[in-house]
Formats: sequence, structure tokens, C-alpha cells
Amino acid sequence: MLHIVACIKQVPDTKIIKMNPKTNTMDRRTAPAILNPYDAHAVEEAVRLKERYGGIVSVLTMGPPPAVSAIKKCVEIGADEGYLITDRRFAGADTLATSYALSKALDKIAKQQPIDLVICGKMSIDGDTGQVGPGIARRLDIPPLTSVNKVVEINQEEGYAIVHRKLEDGFEVVRSTLPCMFSVEKTINEVPYSPLPNVIRAARYKPHIWSVDDLEEVDIKQLGLKGSPTIVSRVWAPQKPAGGTFLEGNPAAQVDQLLSVLLEKKELFETKEEI
Amino acid sequence: MDFQDYKGVWVFIEQKDGEVASVSLELLGAGRKLADKRGVELAGILIGENVKNLTKTLFEYGADTVYVYDQPIFKHYRTETYMKALLECTEKHKPEIILYGATSTGKDLASAVATDMPTGLTADTTELDVEEDTGLLLASRPAFGGNIMATILCKKYRPQMATVRAKVMKALPPEPGRIGKVVEETISLKEEDIRTKVLEIVKETVKKVRIDEADIIVAGGKGLGSYEGFQLVHQLAETLGGAVGASRDVVEAGWIDHPHQVGQTGVTVTPKIYFAIGISGAIQHIVGMKNSGLIIAINKDKEAPIFQTCHYGIVGDAFEVVPILIEQFKKAISRDKVIK
Ligand SMILES: Cc1cc2nc3c(=O)[nH]c(=O)nc-3n(C[C@H](O)[C@H](O)[C@H](O)COP(=O)(O)OP(=O)(O)OC[C@H]3O[C@@H](n4cnc5c(N)ncnc54)[C@H](O)[C@@H]3O)c2cc1C
Ligand SMILES: Nc1ncnc2c1ncn2[C@@H]1O[C@H](COP(=O)(O)O)[C@@H](O)[C@H]1O
Repeated sequence: MLHIVACIKQVPDTKIIKMNPKTNTMDRRTAPAILNPYDAHAVEEAVRLKERYGGIVSVLTMGPPPAVSAIKKCVEIGADEGYLITDRRFAGADTLATSYALSKALDKIAKQQPIDLVICGKMSIDGDTGQVGPGIARRLDIPPLTSVNKVVEINQEEGYAIVHRKLEDGFEVVRSTLPCMFSVEKTINEVPYSPLPNVIRAARYKPHIWSVDDLEEVDIKQLGLKGSPTIVSRVWAPQKPAGGTFLEGNPAAQVDQLLSVLLEKKELFETKEEI
Repeated sequence: MDFQDYKGVWVFIEQKDGEVASVSLELLGAGRKLADKRGVELAGILIGENVKNLTKTLFEYGADTVYVYDQPIFKHYRTETYMKALLECTEKHKPEIILYGATSTGKDLASAVATDMPTGLTADTTELDVEEDTGLLLASRPAFGGNIMATILCKKYRPQMATVRAKVMKALPPEPGRIGKVVEETISLKEEDIRTKVLEIVKETVKKVRIDEADIIVAGGKGLGSYEGFQLVHQLAETLGGAVGASRDVVEAGWIDHPHQVGQTGVTVTPKIYFAIGISGAIQHIVGMKNSGLIIAINKDKEAPIFQTCHYGIVGDAFEVVPILIEQFKKAISRDKVIK
């Protein structure tokens, strides 16, 4: 039976988030937490593979307790099981420490049911690095396949997968042994509205919740802030280029001024060869 | 870990079909500055099949040394093979800093390498500096969320690594005839031990949108209100013979596709003229367009941050201003024949 685990993250919805106009920073308290949009595609792909080949889909996340709602969202999409690892000792993790913690949780999940495939999103909209997926793959010593935008075949019996990896000018067809890790592009699928039975199941669903102590052979030093080689040393407002000249008057006058500026600099309009 | 053993700045050289990626040349330019400040060598690490002839270009663009792995097993990029070469080379020669282009390949490779080393990896850097005496890499990027930049350090490990956005750093003007040292390396890898295989490469003939090559970009934001409103941007772009850009919010709203997105998670552009219409000017957008020749912002909010970054600002309603702009440009074009 195919066992696919999607790694998902709960993130603040940066679209709705309010900016604090004084400090020019995000007011996190106003941001509702959502399932990382890229990860919805990862879960959707896992569910589609399950429908194609049979099997089960688990989702795994590391985060604070409210991340349960992101897991529920995945159950709505069609995930069977959800795992949350949550502990203060995980807090402040960079990508290296995150992939370490997640790989330990994956080890434990694999003990219950061996894992054939790990699927991650292309990136998280808050961490925004795309580094966690390959990091997990290296720690589990399975091949990482990034930029996946189509799964051609999964053959569990013979132990291989064939996918399309997006390239700048097309794609490549790659075959990998199983188990392996995909990080998927948004274009891989569309996430439809969830069917009602899933929504009902999700409402009642209680995920498995583990702390550090529930995981095995964990080196505490590699977790959280302590296990993170990168640190934010300084946060600063970028140097603002000198503010522009405002063009005054009514729209017609503003346009006139702009045109006279632009038309004076004819070199601006000398285009290179046609592209 | 003895930091004294780690010396030199390296750039991972991305190449395809016998050509060096432009981001790698930009990174040689950026790496040159870091290496000079530290008084150390700048090296390229070049992996592929039939790539030796590229070293000449790398020297012309600033490399002192190039480490080359030229073997059939490296014909196609694969994380496993490239990673092994890079890890081995790093172990042997111990650089202090390794820079990668923040392309899909660069990110893929750097993430894997960082995990195995292990070391810290800063993603999507837009500014680089180094502490002269300690060699500490100061890698800065827009900080997650707010309108701020964050400088990220890796104090406990060497080498320090970062992926760097394309088009943000500047390549040096090539110096013809400049030469350096080629260090040929080989690694024993057997094809049958490699778990991934590239079966086929399919080039897509559909004309790709390359807004990063456009001289004029007309970019629109959420302020245009709707898909229909956004068509105004297309109209102005068409009038000027320019390309259409967009903020992320517009792309997420589905008014235009992702290849048009300018910014941190889109493309970095440096056109001669950049119009920002109904775009507020969040830092993630600004990092993608601030090096444009002439930036013109149109926004109805006088306080919008975009006005801090533009050369000319028009405070006004896009739906009033842009149609006049289109009309006047059309007149000017037929009168002066300035624009094609
Ligand atoms: C990790 C991360 C990565 C990101 N990457 C990117 C990226 O690559 N690119 C990017 O663009 N953003 C990116 N963002 C999002 C960014 O923070 C902003 O949310 C986004 O750029 C805002 O888009 P906007 O300016 O179109 O919309 P808004 O911020 O909503 O601004 C709309 C503007 O239009 C003006 N307006 C309204 N009506 C009119 C009118 N009739 N006429 C004229 N003006 C009008 C308003 O005054 C306002 O200033 C990223 C965010 C995060 C957290
Ligand atoms: N805390 C987390 N828990 C589970 N999965 C994660 C977590 N952080 C990142 N991921 C996965 O890694 C991908 C890349 O994230 P990032 O490296 O933060 O951009 C995401 O799309 C998720 O699939």
C-alpha cells in the first residue's frame, strides 16, 4: 500500500495582513492563519495519487498548537491522517533545524507504516526559501526532486517514480527510485472545493500530536533556535532611494509634464532588437 | 571547526548547453568584491560535461581559479551527482563562502549541500557584504512579512552559503585575456549507484514571457480593481511597445500569469522605464524593480511607499490618468515617431 506523507505548514495570510503604518512592519496579530497555499497543492497531488494507486495520505506539520486547523484543512482535501509536532523546543528553527525535526517525525511515522513518498510545497509564503523539502530528503537519504509539475507514474512494486520537473524553457522527464521526495509547483493541479463528507470528517478529526519526547533518537541541540546555524542579526528599513518628484496639477497637466520629461530622453525609447 | 582553515569565496557556476548562466557571471562580480575585501581568492566551481572551455569566460569575469568537474555523469543536472562533487571539493579546498544563483537549480543544489555539510544557507539574498576581519558573510534579504530587510549571519559554521537573486548583482565588464588557474578534479561515481535518471528533456516552443529582457515595463497592481481594470495596463504597454508586469497580489487574483510577476518571488527587472500603476510598493515588489532606469508611479494614495522609490510620481486615479497617458502617447508617437 502506497504511503504518501505531505509536509505542510500553517502561515499568516499575507494578503489580508495589515501593515503597521508607523513601523512599516506586518501586524501579525491581525493575520489569519491559513494552510500555506503551495502545500494545498502538495496535499491535493498526494490525494490524487492515492485515488490512482490506492494507499493512504498522511500530513505532517511542525508548528504551534493552532496548526491543527491547517491539518483539518488537509483532511478536507482528502488526507487520511494528520500529525502535528509541537514543542517550545522546536521554536525559532531555521530550515536546517526544521528539516531535522520533520525528518525525526517522519522516522516515527514510517515505523507505523513505511513511507514511499514525501511531498512538499514549492515554498512557504512566510519562510519563502524552498529549502525545507530538499533538506528533509537529504536527512532521510532519499532523492529530492524539486520543481515537479507532473507525476507520470508511481510504480511501488518496482520501486520507481517518473515525474516532470519544470525547467526554464520546458521540462525534463526524470525517473527516481522510491522512496523519494517531490516538491511541487502550483501548476501541478488545481485544488477543487472539498467534498462535503471530507468537510464533515475534518470537523471531527483529531490529529496525532507529538512533543519532542515522543520522537526517538533526537539530538536536542539540533532543534529550534539552538540548532539553527543562521541567525537574524539586524532588521532594518531599506535605504530608500530619494523620493520622486511629484507631478502637480490635474491629470491632463500631470500627463503633459511626464510626456515632456520622457520625450526629451529619446534614448529611453531606443529598443534593442525585437524580443 | 577551525575557521582559519577556510579561505576564499566560491561561486557555483550554472551552465546549460555550453553557456554560463548570466546569474553566475553576476555572482562573480559580487564575489570579486567580497574576495578583495578579505584579500582572498575568488573561485568558480564548474560541474558538467564538456564544460572545460567555459573557464576562459569565468576568468574574464573575475575568477582567479576555477575548479572543474568535467565528466559524462554530469551531463544533466542532478542533485545527487552535483551535490557529491560540490561536497567533495569543499571538503578538499575549504572555501569560506559559497554563493549560488537563486534559480531552481541553484536553490535545489544549495539546499541539499547545506543539509549535508551541515551549514547555514540564506535564501534569495539581495545584498551581500563581508566583515573584513572575521570573514562573516552579511547576507540580506527582504524579511519575511514586513517592509523591512534582514541581515542573516551564520556564525558557527563554515563555509557560509547564500543563494542570490538574478539581476540584482552586477557582472564586471569582461577583461579579455585575463587568465587564472584551472584545477581539474574528478570524482568516482558510478551511474548505477545514482538513484535518479534524466530520461528526456523537452523544450517547450511556446514563446516564453521574458519581462526581464524588456526595455519598457508597464506594471499594474491591485489598485486596478479587477481583471477588466487591469486591461488598462495592457493597453498602455501596447501603446509603448512594452511588456506587462504585475504585483504578486495581481497574479494571485488570477488577472495575469506568474511569469509577469515582478519582485522577490517573481522576476527582477531592470528596464529603462518602469511604470508602477496601482502598486503600493511593498519591499518584496521594490527589490524586483528598483534598479530600473526611470520609475514612474501612479497611485491615488500620496502616502503609498512606491513614491519613495520612483523618479516621477503622479498622485491620481489610474482610471483617469492612464487613458490620458495612452492618448497623449499615441499622439506623440505619430508626431515625433519616437517610439516604435
Ligand atoms: C514572502 C513574500 C514574498 C512576496 N513576493 C512578492 C513579489 O515577488 N512581488 C510582489 O509584487 N509582491 C510580493 N509580495 C507581496 C507584497 O508584500 C505586497 O502584498 C504586494 O506587492 C502588494 O500588491 P499591490 O501593490 O498590487 O497591492 P496593494 O498593496 O493592495 O496596493 C494597491 C495600491 O493601489 C492603489 N490604488 C487603489 N486604487 C487606485 C486607483 N484607482 N488608481 C491608482 N491607484 C490606486 C492603492 O493606493 C494602493 O497603494 C510578497 C510577500 C511576501 C510575504
Ligand atoms: N514547519 C513545517 N512543517 C511542515 N512542513 C514544512 C514546514 N516548513 C516548511 N515545510 C515544507 O517545506 C516546504 C518549503 O518551505 P520553505 O523552505 O519554508 O519555503 C513547504 O511548502 C512545506 O511543504
